[in-house]
Amino acid sequence: MSDFNEAFSAAFALILSFESSLAEIVGLSLQISLIAVLLASLIGLPLGAALAVFRFPGRTTLVVILNALMGLPPVVVGLIVYLILSRSGPLGTLGLLFTPTAMIIAQTILITPIIAALTRQSTETLWNEYAEQFSSLGTPPKETVIALLWDNRFSLVTTILAGFGRASAEVGAVMIVGGNIDHVTRVMTTTIALETSKGNLALALGLGVILLCLALGVNAAAFIINEAAIKRHG
Amino acid sequence: MKLAAKFFLISLIAGVTLTGNVSAAERFIVVASTTSTVNSGLFDYLLPKFTSKHGLQIRVVGVGTGQAIRVARRGDADVLFVHHKKSELAFVRAGFGVGRSDVMFNDFVIVGPGKGKGNDPAKVGQTESVISAYKAIANSKSIFTSRGDDSGTHKKSLSIWQTALKMAPSSNGVKWYRETGSGMGATLNIASSMNAYTLTDRATWENFKNKGELKILFEHDPLLQNQYGIIKVNPARHKHVKSKEANTFINWILSTEGQAAINNYRLNTKQVFFANAKK
Repeated sequence: MSDFNEAFSAAFALILSFESSLAEIVGLSLQISLIAVLLASLIGLPLGAALAVFRFPGRTTLVVILNALMGLPPVVVGLIVYLILSRSGPLGTLGLLFTPTAMIIAQTILITPIIAALTRQSTETLWNEYAEQFSSLGTPPKETVIALLWDNRFSLVTTILAGFGRASAEVGAVMIVGGNIDHVTRVMTTTIALETSKGNLALALGLGVILLCLALGVNAAAFIINEAAIKRHG
Repeated sequence: MKLAAKFFLISLIAGVTLTGNVSAAERFIVVASTTSTVNSGLFDYLLPKFTSKHGLQIRVVGVGTGQAIRVARRGDADVLFVHHKKSELAFVRAGFGVGRSDVMFNDFVIVGPGKGKGNDPAKVGQTESVISAYKAIANSKSIFTSRGDDSGTHKKSLSIWQTALKMAPSSNGVKWYRETGSGMGATLNIASSMNAYTLTDRATWENFKNKGELKILFEHDPLLQNQYGIIKVNPARHKHVKSKEANTFINWILSTEGQAAINNYRLNTKQVFFANAKK
């Protein structure tokens, strides 16, 4: 038990001291994961809704593949992005390896399938209810997708949060493509990995507590905003 | 179409803001190095001295020696700073790097269970050389963890096993020899929880906080000296290598000033790195 007490006191000491290095790491973590979630939502939401609405050959296969991609191992995503962005890789000239941008790309690839697959699932339920109505009104496909996404927006918040959770918690991909460079690409999860390797188990766990609080904060904020929106428009 | 445009715009903004606030204003080079130099805190001590003088940021990627060499081979670093002379020379010979200079050395030590009941079951503390220490571990079938990655430390350990047993212990599947497949810190964490022997560099050991019942049981053998070398990645092979900036850093670390800074670094009041660049 003493290990856990030590971890919690390490966490509180860290928060209270509010070291600038900690703020930098937390800030970078949030920045990277939030941008990745934004990009993944821009791709995943319309993709998921379109898959729910349109019927075409190979659709079932695509849905199964998308669902399977939710289990993409972060290390594999990291390796693929590494090989692509490496100076010897196809996009090497951009010089993006070991930068925050590389980490955003990796996280976006990792969570787009999650957002798309979950969107497809919940939108399809809605579509089954509304399909007749939409076709009798003769709504064009593009507007149908937009209308469904809009109508489903409150439950899609959870979908997006699931993506954020995965992005902010993963370490395998960002470690490989970011390189865990101090002051440049060091985020919460890679710091936890580094401190664990130094045998600073209490400090590592303490950072874990802070990461958890951060996730809690983001989720609570999303929940409150969502509730308020439901009350006003629901 | 609209969506694609939006996506591009946002990724552009994201890219610009992110790289903008950390790098665009600063000049930097990437140094591929090993976990020992990062975990020991040496770079945290050295780099601010260099950066304040030359206004050049050093971005260190700390991985095992083998991986660091591969990062440099692909051109993903400007400078390679590792500890396995044979691989370093091969790297230069293959045309991936230009010039190799000795920078400093530290040493490896054997750590193992040194407290309580299970105190040094292989009696390596009483052996005269690292070869006989390894033989003693093998003879007593005491658990020995090795990194099993492509690091300088693992290669060193393998070469000692080769001399001691005339073969690598992993080849005949013995139970007492366990490759962890991870970095020095993770391997020490595992050794600490299994009360196993392992070979570690002294700097990582000194800075390691989860020692448990482990302590240094064998040290000071000429075979255990660990030489670090620095190499510039060949700009002829990789056009984007920042040759001038790389030279600035390499020249500084080999200069009297850089060498003195290395010697002045203390870890728990102990000197763990000894500068030995040729004048």
